[in-house]
Amino acid sequence: MASQLVAGNSAVVVGALYAGCDCFFGYPITPASEILHEASRYFPKLGRKFVQAESEEAAINMVYGAATAGHRVLAASSGPGMSLKQEGITYIAGAELPCVIVDICRAGPGLGNIGPEQSDYNQACKGGGHGCYNNIVLAPGSVQEMCDFATRSFELAFKYRNPVVVLADGVLGHMVEPLQFPEVAVQPTIDTTWAVAGRAETRGNLVTSISLNFDDLERHNYRLQEKYQRIKENEVLWEGYKLEDADVVLVSYGISSRIARSAVDAARKEGIKAGLFRPITLFPFPEKEIRQLADRGCKFISVEMSNGQMREDIRLASGCKPVELVCRYGGNLINIDQTMEKIREVA
Amino acid sequence: MAAKEKLIGGHPGLYAEFPRKGGSAQTATHYCPGCGHGILHKLIGEAMADLGIQDRCVVISPVGCAVFAYYYLDSGNVQAAHGRAPAIATGISRAEDNAIVIAYQGDGDLASIGLNETIQAANRGEKLAVFFINNTVYGMTGGQMAPTTLIGEVTATTPAGRDPRDQGYPIHISEILDTLKAPVFIERASLSDIEHIRKARRAVRKALEIQRDKKGYAFVELLSPCPTILRMDTAAITRFINEQMELEFPLKRFRDKSNEAEPIVRQESDFSRESLDRIFGCEDSVCVEFKKDPEFVPKGVKIAGFGGQGVLSLGLALAQAAFGCGRFVSWYPDYGPEQRGGTSNCSVIVSGEPIGSPVVDHPDVLVAFNRPSLEKFAPSVKKGGVILYDSLAGQFQAPEGVRVISVPATEIATDKGAHMAANTAMFGALMQTGKLGLPREAYGNAFRVTFAKKPKLIPKNLEILEAGAQAVKVLEMSARK
Repeated sequence: MASQLVAGNSAVVVGALYAGCDCFFGYPITPASEILHEASRYFPKLGRKFVQAESEEAAINMVYGAATAGHRVLAASSGPGMSLKQEGITYIAGAELPCVIVDICRAGPGLGNIGPEQSDYNQACKGGGHGCYNNIVLAPGSVQEMCDFATRSFELAFKYRNPVVVLADGVLGHMVEPLQFPEVAVQPTIDTTWAVAGRAETRGNLVTSISLNFDDLERHNYRLQEKYQRIKENEVLWEGYKLEDADVVLVSYGISSRIARSAVDAARKEGIKAGLFRPITLFPFPEKEIRQLADRGCKFISVEMSNGQMREDIRLASGCKPVELVCRYGGNLINIDQTMEKIREVA
Repeated sequence: MAAKEKLIGGHPGLYAEFPRKGGSAQTATHYCPGCGHGILHKLIGEAMADLGIQDRCVVISPVGCAVFAYYYLDSGNVQAAHGRAPAIATGISRAEDNAIVIAYQGDGDLASIGLNETIQAANRGEKLAVFFINNTVYGMTGGQMAPTTLIGEVTATTPAGRDPRDQGYPIHISEILDTLKAPVFIERASLSDIEHIRKARRAVRKALEIQRDKKGYAFVELLSPCPTILRMDTAAITRFINEQMELEFPLKRFRDKSNEAEPIVRQESDFSRESLDRIFGCEDSVCVEFKKDPEFVPKGVKIAGFGGQGVLSLGLALAQAAFGCGRFVSWYPDYGPEQRGGTSNCSVIVSGEPIGSPVVDHPDVLVAFNRPSLEKFAPSVKKGGVILYDSLAGQFQAPEGVRVISVPATEIATDKGAHMAANTAMFGALMQTGKLGLPREAYGNAFRVTFAKKPKLIPKNLEILEAGAQAVKVLEMSARK
């Protein structure tokens, strides 16, 4: 199996291309721009389609177009760009189109800065645009996962005809780690039962999100909610580290989970039974598993580079148990010392 | 008087009946009597049918009264957000080379909220036919001022008439697009009366012929009646278009390059694994087996200096050296407020097990290329750790329990005629300390990858690597004496 040292943002493009992604539409934004650069370099080499769009809105609507045609399409952005894309994403969710959007989260609010944060949790996991909808959200924790999640993301996007957000951050985008290249190259096909691809067999199809009749739109909403329920029942992913006998459970995703993992090791050296619960899907959130840990009497610490956005989900899932928070803002990373202090306090 | 149903079902290119519309009148449109949309729908449908391209056509319905164009036009159909049709068209057209994409847009949609998309898609010369209904108002939303509202025209938001001192002047979209190089065809026509409609029909057909032949961007603006919102009867709205609108928006074929334009044919996508492996250089990549080795004590290295001193590339070379030995490794360039101030630093971790945090807060080894970096990070170095710094930074008092080595890295590199390679000299010094538990040959081997694009530089860098190592060796020997 071939392996190379690769940055997270480059790994995204590798994963997408092996996953049969046919089109990339993007707009420059730090710290996600390397995805755009790499896409411009590699997509055309394979005759696949790359356009640098005039704006984030245009980019996401090009995604809407290629998804309408039934193709595998990728977009990438960061906080301010994700805010702009929300219009397109709600239309994509409403029209039930499949696509994958990578968010290399940076520090906000407003222009903020280009350092890492995890403050896009809410806009990724709670819909983000208008209307009642959910994205499927995957949170990679390594360069390898930045690549590998592409295949899974496209599978989920097409299985449920739903936007999938891969929620990462500036550290995961820029850090370099060994990447084992995918062994399978997906050969995508077009589902002519719903796509509108300018072909005879798709001529009768329609992609839309408008429904003037109140009852029709209500039925559509119920159907969407049932779909999200199916996703919740079938697609939860998570990973545990030293959870078996843990009294103190750090809940953390993405780059923070890597720091939390080191903190667990440090705590164990001090004789504290700490463990790490890493949600891999943020929507669906691993509610049952958190509940089981809560029922076992575990104490929770949410380790996230945001103001407790994920903590609220942990609290709800645990049956409203207290959940401590370790956080940093503004581009600063959580460090092990800071996490250890909280672990000692809670233990 | 009861309004009569407008019957257009069964017209060429339109569905025979309109079940998507629902309701009882299955062959009538939802448009008001006298509205231009029904006319343009017929013209588009007719051209699609005549040219035999309905299977290939995808019509994008806009926001506005024509949001339900898909009730009627017998082709593939998709509905767009306000103003975004040209972007959606771009996505469809790029994905499906054979598709014929039609964006159907009104003046608020195309000339206001979607102006950027309009201009940029035209400028890229997308394979796209845009049909632009200009009726000087937002219709469905309730008659507000549009970018094309005439001076003095009363709308829901210009109750005293459009005053250019407050609301500017009508925007001329065809003229704006005519400043661009890429469009193949631009025409402004009118739907005011039968004579004008005949000319408009030819323009619509031309735009679709260009699409059939894959020749690029075609734009047809249509001055169109909206008698309901403008509160005019048939005769008055016809006069309004022919006399007032035409004065502001003269009818004209702005350009027709359809004869000389070459078809745009896009390459087919290649999904083969062979091609993927080739473009990513997988044949040449190493097959590294990562073996867990809990005995190997993880090492954290912090490298810091000014931008341009090769801080980040030294980190990558070190990561490559460790990776080549099957060690788990991570490299991370730290952000910080200094980023634009000219200093940079990175963290490298070498481990026998999967790595947690990629950030080194307490380094085992600090490599500092300048004094500020040395002073900033030296206090964080672990007891028993090592600091390597460029001798140019001057004398430095070692923190307690930490070994400090002054490496004449810049001097070595300059002596060898490669002043940019101080980081390579430092890499040699790092190799000589043996502090990272990597075999000596791993360091030189890393150059095969890090200098893959400039292999000519490898011999010189190997020389500087050894010189860096030698400098530390001399220091070690003199310390032993």
